[in-house]
Amino acid sequence: METSPDSAPCLLEVRGISKSFGAVRALQDVDFTLRAGEIHALLGENGAGKSTLIKVVTGVFPRDAGIVRLGGAEVAPRSSKAALEAGIATVYQEVNLLPNLSVAQNLFLDRQPMRFGIVREGEMRRRAKALLAEFGLDIDVAAPLGSYSVAIQHVTAIARAVDLSARVLILDEPTASLDRHEVEILFKIMRQLAGRGIGIVFVSHFLDQVYEISDRITVLRNGRLVGERETASLPRLELIRMMLGRELAETTSARAPASEQQVREICASFEGYGKSGYVAPFNLELRHGEVVGLAGLLGSGRTETARLVFGAERSDQGQAKVEGAPVRLQTPRDGVRHGFGYCPEERKTEGIVAELTVRENIVLALQAKRGLYLPLSRREQDEIAARFVKLLDIRPPDPERPVGLLSGGNQQKVLLARWLATSPRLLVLDEPTRGIDVGAHAEIIRLIRELCEDGLALLVISSELDEIVTYSDRVVVLRDRAHVEELQGEAIDVSNILAAIAADNSAVAQEGRP
Amino acid sequence: MTALLPRRGLAQIFALIVILMVDRAVSPQFFDLRLQDGRLFGSMIDVLNRGTPVALLSLGMVLVIATRGIDLSVGAVMAISGAIAASLADSHGLPVVLAAALGAGLVCGLWNGFLVSILGMQPIVATLILMVAGRGIAQLITEGRIVTFTSPDLVWLGNGAILGVPVPVAIALGMLILTGAVVRGSALGLLIEATGGNARASELAGVGTRAMILAVYVWCGVCAALAGVIAAADIMGADANNAGLWLELDAILAVVIGGTSLFGGRFSLLLAVLGALIIQTMNTGILLSGYPPEFNLLVKAVVVLAVLLLQSPKLTGMAGIVARIRGTKA
Repeated sequence: METSPDSAPCLLEVRGISKSFGAVRALQDVDFTLRAGEIHALLGENGAGKSTLIKVVTGVFPRDAGIVRLGGAEVAPRSSKAALEAGIATVYQEVNLLPNLSVAQNLFLDRQPMRFGIVREGEMRRRAKALLAEFGLDIDVAAPLGSYSVAIQHVTAIARAVDLSARVLILDEPTASLDRHEVEILFKIMRQLAGRGIGIVFVSHFLDQVYEISDRITVLRNGRLVGERETASLPRLELIRMMLGRELAETTSARAPASEQQVREICASFEGYGKSGYVAPFNLELRHGEVVGLAGLLGSGRTETARLVFGAERSDQGQAKVEGAPVRLQTPRDGVRHGFGYCPEERKTEGIVAELTVRENIVLALQAKRGLYLPLSRREQDEIAARFVKLLDIRPPDPERPVGLLSGGNQQKVLLARWLATSPRLLVLDEPTRGIDVGAHAEIIRLIRELCEDGLALLVISSELDEIVTYSDRVVVLRDRAHVEELQGEAIDVSNILAAIAADNSAVAQEGRP
Repeated sequence: MTALLPRRGLAQIFALIVILMVDRAVSPQFFDLRLQDGRLFGSMIDVLNRGTPVALLSLGMVLVIATRGIDLSVGAVMAISGAIAASLADSHGLPVVLAAALGAGLVCGLWNGFLVSILGMQPIVATLILMVAGRGIAQLITEGRIVTFTSPDLVWLGNGAILGVPVPVAIALGMLILTGAVVRGSALGLLIEATGGNARASELAGVGTRAMILAVYVWCGVCAALAGVIAAADIMGADANNAGLWLELDAILAVVIGGTSLFGGRFSLLLAVLGALIIQTMNTGILLSGYPPEFNLLVKAVVVLAVLLLQSPKLTGMAGIVARIRGTKA
């Protein structure tokens, strides 16, 4: 692969872009530079602002401030169609073509070769065939696009974009649903296009792939630019530190000294537990009065582990035990019955029932556990709601308010209350502090500690490493959908976690780099 | 829930009163009641009596809609159960007739619930199947004829009276109380509203959403079957082509007028039945007024629009702003 030198002409220049959604500042003064003929990885954790940046540049969202220059001339597209006409094409993870139309029709949609007002099907197919041949694809272009694999659909979308004289190609998580072989095909095409001088922005959370294909990396975090580096000179550990945003000096291990830690009773254990294609089999012991943190990058299998443990996802191997007795954990109902609780990361879509009141949301899991025929009376519901509104300081303290009207932090507290009301033995918390303001953030962490002292077993996922270090008794590190390391006691600190996350299965990473 | 009722029901009660007043204006005897042969007669009783099938349908429909579903097959289920009841009426006793007809409704509901809950089909498509096929099944049962019967027991169901109250009205009232007792007396109401509001969240909270969705379709089928039996008893015969025709739409309308969103969640049984009464009060009023019944549909549309506007949060929000501005001025 040719690596473009710094002197390569600057193709796309983004300067000082800011974008707010209401009070949330999604992008603050972000710069981004794409050179002609380079493959540039855009990285960051969930909510870092990658998608927002792409959407602002391609005109899907209007921007609040900043300028975009393409080939030196300022552009301000109002829609993705206008961006495409200007020469910036985007291919999203979910291919936005029409699966029921043929490959040829998709390639020439809106610009079919015509004669006397009639589409020249033969000519269109011939040209489609020729176009795809450039990408090394030889397929029946008359067949519906939907009948082909996601990889071919991606290549079709890329071919269409390139044929529309795109100079900048933005690929948003293009490899998420591809297998290894398909990724190779895609990478070959990407290198070929870069060789023709097209600038490619590659968004992915697969770091191995980023190291394999990209020339340069830009990292965003919390809507701000962290930095732009050359891939070849950026160690993996340094990259992860940029993404997770922790300076080693800042970190302190806040755990109780080892002498205070007595042997605690096992609450739930998982042996060889896993699901093929979802998360590799793992062993996990959760003890009463202990917090286990799950650390890893986005897509490393953190949420997947949590869902298996709770029963939100069916495992296909291994054995789960609760208080020493083997149990079946195949549905959320199983989890609830065994005294588990789960606060999912997607609070709005999987957590709260927005139109129901705080009271109803709080009693929901308890009522589901008791069953239909043991309804909680209105008085009992009022008591439970009032107790938790006070205990967790839910604001405004009105149990009859629809929960959708509360702030994110208070919604999170309502979800915690929902599970605490069931007197659980194990709570699984997926990113309990995400999208929560600073004050509530500290309160949630304080709550996690208190619950733990009361003898609850906790399994907590967080991208905030110093947060995990603060409350965890043990930390399980995940990488590529497998548990790779377990840290205990003194060993728990941010640098060890980072090292475990970054540990390079270098064989794979180097494979594609000649 | 109970605390919310008065505020939530205001638009519907107001609409009903307005329509009743209009009815009174076009037909001065509208509120007259008389007792004859131990049964009450009068336009008001007519409204209740005629409104019974849609009221029964709306009792089942409101639960289905609360789970974010819809049941288009209730009209066809009415035809099936009516056909079964009419065919069996003169050869079997009432208990057998009722068991067979309601059993058929239960099976229909199970079928719909199976498609929606277990197979995960979209409710509108899943129940469309039975909407089309059901009428065919009913026609097969009646062999394409209008089956009439004379069984006094069954006729009593449609035309008799208990303490002066027409039997259909008493049955509808009984079903309202029964459904209300089951739904609000158990935790079912809360769990249905949670499921309709956010099915994924409810499932993760341990709610058995599948069983619940299955159950509401079954109940909807049973209610429809009962409505079918009453409709057949009323005319002492079963017409597979026309029994319950388009009533699924009236039932959906009744539920919507009753303030339950088609996106599921919060529901009110009482207001759904009130919605059915509003529809019937309109129908009867137009008949009494002497206008051609063709006006019925137009008037219905206007009233529905009015009720929905009254419920619209945007409109009430605007009214609130106006009130506040006036308040600050004063």
